[in-house]
Amino acid sequence: MEMSIAVERRREAEESLAEASASKIKIRALNFFYGRTQALYNIVMDIPERVVMAFIGPSGCGKSTLLRTLNRMNDTIHGTRVEGRVEIDGRDIYAPDTDVVELRRKVGMVFQKSNPFPKSIFDNVAYGLRINRLTESKAELQERVEEALTDAALWPEVKDRLKSSALGLSGGQQQRLCIARALAVKPEVLLMDEPASALDPIATQKIEELVVELKKQYTIVIVTHNMQQAARVSDRTAFFWLGKLIEVNTTERMFTNPDEKLTEDYITGRFG
Amino acid sequence: MMRGTRPKNIRRWTSAVMTTATAVCALVAVTVLVIILGYIAWQGISSINLQFLIDTPKPVGEGGGIGNAILGTLILLGLGSVMGLPLGIAGGIYLSEFGDNWFGRTVRFVTDTLTGVPSIVIGIFVYTLIVLRMKQFSTIAGGVALALIMIPIVMRTTEEMIRLVPTSLREGALALGAPQWRVTMGVVLPAASSGIATGCMLAIARVSGETAPLLFTAFGSRFFNWHLDEPMASLTVQIYNYAISPYDEWHAQAWAATLVLMTLILAINITVRFFTRKRF
Repeated sequence: MEMSIAVERRREAEESLAEASASKIKIRALNFFYGRTQALYNIVMDIPERVVMAFIGPSGCGKSTLLRTLNRMNDTIHGTRVEGRVEIDGRDIYAPDTDVVELRRKVGMVFQKSNPFPKSIFDNVAYGLRINRLTESKAELQERVEEALTDAALWPEVKDRLKSSALGLSGGQQQRLCIARALAVKPEVLLMDEPASALDPIATQKIEELVVELKKQYTIVIVTHNMQQAARVSDRTAFFWLGKLIEVNTTERMFTNPDEKLTEDYITGRFG
Repeated sequence: MMRGTRPKNIRRWTSAVMTTATAVCALVAVTVLVIILGYIAWQGISSINLQFLIDTPKPVGEGGGIGNAILGTLILLGLGSVMGLPLGIAGGIYLSEFGDNWFGRTVRFVTDTLTGVPSIVIGIFVYTLIVLRMKQFSTIAGGVALALIMIPIVMRTTEEMIRLVPTSLREGALALGAPQWRVTMGVVLPAASSGIATGCMLAIARVSGETAPLLFTAFGSRFFNWHLDEPMASLTVQIYNYAISPYDEWHAQAWAATLVLMTLILAINITVRFFTRKRF
């Protein structure tokens, strides 16, 4: 009895979310397997356009796995299997005719550990533009690199040393460089897998401010272990537990008056 | 007596003994190397002059030099590298990026076996395969023999070096919409380049000291030669021939040729390292 009320409530919540704006991403009945181990169970979720959606939950709950299904990054892992649908702009990205390269250009990703290429700062940001042949002239390429670095709030710090190694930057700068690299190809969706977990509080604050700024243009999905961070930057939050989506709600509601007891226990730290 | 005093002393003592022991072992290893290098330099330096470096061999008592052998070694190494390095590197890329299947495992096993095959066996193999058919010793046969020795070394080091490139770099490139081949060529290979260069250097250094396979293939020559289908002189074969001769003058020239060979390897090593040094 209690269960069905919960299900009903969740549906209501989802509907109200979906109405708020058009869904950019629709996830339907998604199951995910690493070999024989099932990592995600029947995930159903809508992510509206130009919002920040935060995924929270304990380690191993499947939030990163779900994030990586959105740009088919899991394809690179041997022995993984996906069931169900993921639609972006109404198109099933797991359909056989999907161009994965095109998909990944549209759905950018920032990783937990910053991973700049062992190239110059400029070449790092220009990489995506070059491989996708997105610019026609050298001047345009420079313009796009500057734009991306500016958007990532890194331009003032690196404008005088674009030719020097990206590996000489600090951890926080490297992560913002990776964000700039992802922004340079003008994606529509930005996936962030615990982008600040390896950074100090000041660098973290910069990344968070950036996320809030970027949502004006992008749909952002961010995985975080830090609940204060989810509360600060996101509009909506999804809570995962053992591969299941327990609750998805507006962030405000999630952190003040969640529908599920499990969510409340997790958020208030009452897990033993 | 305070608790813990005695164990602490024993620990200090053990630490000191072990540090000294390992240092002595390192010293012994280096000393042997230095003695060999020093002895070669001492024996060889007196016979080296410009004439020796550019002249062809002459009968005993008339001087002569190793100019053709230096050129021959460079041509043979070049030929072997041109054939062996691209094949080895490409094979290594396959093994590391796509070789996670029965074919890859088989290739890996065969490659490891090939690394252990004595070089004289390779020489006889190429002798049967090429020299007998051409009815002549030739530079090309020598180059093939050297390439065959290089391939497994280069292949396995390339594979190992590429495996060291963190997955996060590949994922970063893939996430930007890079196709697999661009990830490999544009991100993974450059990141592994200095390691791969080291592997290539090891291979070149290894084959530049080979004598046995060349005796069966390039054979040796007393003249300057530019033709790939004719016998070719090389430093190692020349050293071998002079060393087993009964003449003191040739013995001295063999020492000098050895010194030249070592200097050559060192020069190649430094050059390759310069061009593949880490820029970022």
